[in-house]
Amino acid sequence: MSDFVSDSWHYYVAGLVVLSLIFCAWILISNMTRRKPGPVELQDHVWDETLQEYNNPLPRWWLYLFWLTLAFAVAYFVLYPGLGRWQGKLGWSSSGQYKAEVATVNEQIGPIYRKFLSQDVRAVSLDPEARAMGQRLFLTYCAQCHGSDAGGNKGFPNLTDSDWLHGGEPENIRTTIENGRIGVMAPFGEALGSENVKDVANYVRSLSGLAHDALRAQRGRQVFADNCVACHGPEGKGNQTVGAPNLTDRTWLWGSTEATIIETVTYGRVNQMPSFKTLLGDEKIHLLTAYVLSLSAGKDAQTR
Amino acid sequence: MALAIEIQHEVAGMQTQATYDYKVVRQFTVMTIVWGIVGMLVGVIIAAQLVWPELNVLEWLHFGRLRPLHTNAVIFAFGGCALIGSSYFVVQRTSHTSLFAPWLASFTFWGWQAVIVLAAITLPLGITSGKEYAELEWPIDILIAVVWVAYAVVFFGTIVKRKTQHIYVANWFYGAFILAVALLHIVNSAALPVSLLKSYSAYAGVQDAMIQWWYGHNAVGFFLTAGFLGMMYYFVPKQAQRPVYSYRLSVVHFWALIFTYMWAGPHHLHYTALPDWTQSLGMVFSLILLAPSWGGMINGIMTLSGAWDKLRTDPILKFLITSLSFYGMSTFEGPMMSIKTVNALSHYTDWTIGHVHSGALGWVGMITIGTVYYLLPRMYGKTEMYSVRLINWHFWVATVGIVLYIASLWIAGVMQGMMWRAANPDGTLTYAFVDSVKESYPFWIVRLIGGLLYLSGMFIMAYNAVRTIMAGKAEDAPVLAPAAAH
Repeated sequence: MSDFVSDSWHYYVAGLVVLSLIFCAWILISNMTRRKPGPVELQDHVWDETLQEYNNPLPRWWLYLFWLTLAFAVAYFVLYPGLGRWQGKLGWSSSGQYKAEVATVNEQIGPIYRKFLSQDVRAVSLDPEARAMGQRLFLTYCAQCHGSDAGGNKGFPNLTDSDWLHGGEPENIRTTIENGRIGVMAPFGEALGSENVKDVANYVRSLSGLAHDALRAQRGRQVFADNCVACHGPEGKGNQTVGAPNLTDRTWLWGSTEATIIETVTYGRVNQMPSFKTLLGDEKIHLLTAYVLSLSAGKDAQTR
Repeated sequence: MALAIEIQHEVAGMQTQATYDYKVVRQFTVMTIVWGIVGMLVGVIIAAQLVWPELNVLEWLHFGRLRPLHTNAVIFAFGGCALIGSSYFVVQRTSHTSLFAPWLASFTFWGWQAVIVLAAITLPLGITSGKEYAELEWPIDILIAVVWVAYAVVFFGTIVKRKTQHIYVANWFYGAFILAVALLHIVNSAALPVSLLKSYSAYAGVQDAMIQWWYGHNAVGFFLTAGFLGMMYYFVPKQAQRPVYSYRLSVVHFWALIFTYMWAGPHHLHYTALPDWTQSLGMVFSLILLAPSWGGMINGIMTLSGAWDKLRTDPILKFLITSLSFYGMSTFEGPMMSIKTVNALSHYTDWTIGHVHSGALGWVGMITIGTVYYLLPRMYGKTEMYSVRLINWHFWVATVGIVLYIASLWIAGVMQGMMWRAANPDGTLTYAFVDSVKESYPFWIVRLIGGLLYLSGMFIMAYNAVRTIMAGKAEDAPVLAPAAAH
């Protein structure tokens, strides 16, 4: 692999570096005077009445320091990349260093994770040691969006309840972590016009028993039937295979106020959970799946 | 040349009535104090915002908007006024002639103030090109370029009409600073405007990052180092009344410094998408930079040999020599932090902020303060400030402030770096990012106290300056004939 589009750049960079080191050495060599006996020589120029200059020789220790850094430079450029495409005797590269470190760590931690990989996810989710490891993974990779208590935030689903956009079975959760999800709600503002949007928003609020304008909700029912049922279903219960949320419960990803629902219907929403497959690998995803599963365990009965 | 020397001798024989152009120096010196207070006040506010996030009240006063305002105000307003003003003073005094094109010098003053005011308006409004230390949008960038070229014309024009044969060392450093900053600013600010207030960089991706940090590090190297070394080379020997330690050392470290600095930028981009060979070059040349940087410190501090006792009684000299100590410290710390393994720990932590402030508060701030205390009375027909006692007070308040500031951020920075890399036996992180934020609070409080102390020193200075100006009268000194010895 080369960073250069043409060989001449390699020679340009390497040549310039070598010349620069020679230049620094030349400045030093051409100024290596020794202290003469007697008083220090004073240059004979005077500026602004009093400004004059002694001509002391360069301090020895300072000279040695300068030479030392130049010697380091030469040694470093022999061992490490720096002179154009020269890779250095040690063959070091930052990506190589990264891969080696990751490999070392994976070797150390591999057995800890493999122990759980052979067990069923539900069993793992009940194991306290596995849950503790899962929580540490969660705090490292997931807490940035879902919060350190997994309680979610506006636009980021709460993982501690039993309401699932894409399904709460172990295989659903694993698929979500592995491949990520893209949630899309199409914008309806232009197609429906603001009056219809307001009507359907009131109808949506009526589905979960929130305060609403009865007349608008009545009109909104037809708008809903004509436009929304394809994803959200005839009863507004949602559809996990397309990630369409249930509108009849009390869980609101973006908010339940009339204004927010109008915003959602008018402009639509695009939401993305990234894929973690290559970053984390099977063992860690197995533990994370178990941990997420454990968060909502026992809550199914109350809400479903 | 023969003619020039002849004229020079004639002038030396006459009693000249011409005076130095002090007006523009006076203006820049006063604004140095004003912008110093403004810039450091904003610094104290954002330090407080880190401790109490609820202080981020309005979007215009949010940390993200005020932080570039702080950096621009202290570097380019406070530092810039000090550099331009002092260079106009030094180049006249050491060339034994008045300024070339004084009207153009006046333009540089008003032009520079306009740039600062525009920065103070646009940055809080969120108008930014997003390049660190080069945030200002393209119309302001053009104004900067115009003012800077005018500054170069005045400075080098004055050098050309000098009455001495040799150019004094301070002017080499000021000259290198002026040329390099023009080059850096124009290359890095190249952008494609899409509207009056928005432009996109002419470079893309990693090349943009490389150009940005070539600029960014040389802003440190030429604006904050070479320029202030020019200041040092005039005001230290003047205040100490001693000859500069070594002409030879000044030649060697000048060429080595200005040559090597140009290479050091990539150390800001260790372990990024920048090619490995580029990162290596940045690191190695940063290490080579140690000796040339220290050359200036040696030349400044050793100038005092034979007059160390003056440090006891002269608070201006205390400022100047302490600034050189901080200069030596931060130019040692810098090369160490550029080593890849050290950088892997220090990068993105408060250690970097601490390092920058040992340079900014210690070196740049203190050399400027010493210079202002030297310059200001001389601009108003006096040789001393209203109160020398208050200068002494300022010195101690500022020094304690700096020590608190950099010590707390060293500890906080190393702690953050260690927390971020700490891992559990199962390979997960021991601490979430917020844990490191939580642990940083005590150190941020100490940093805030340090900043407050430094700012209060500036208020002491402002009071002293007002009293000095009120008691004096704006006065331009007569142009001196150069000494005959050649």
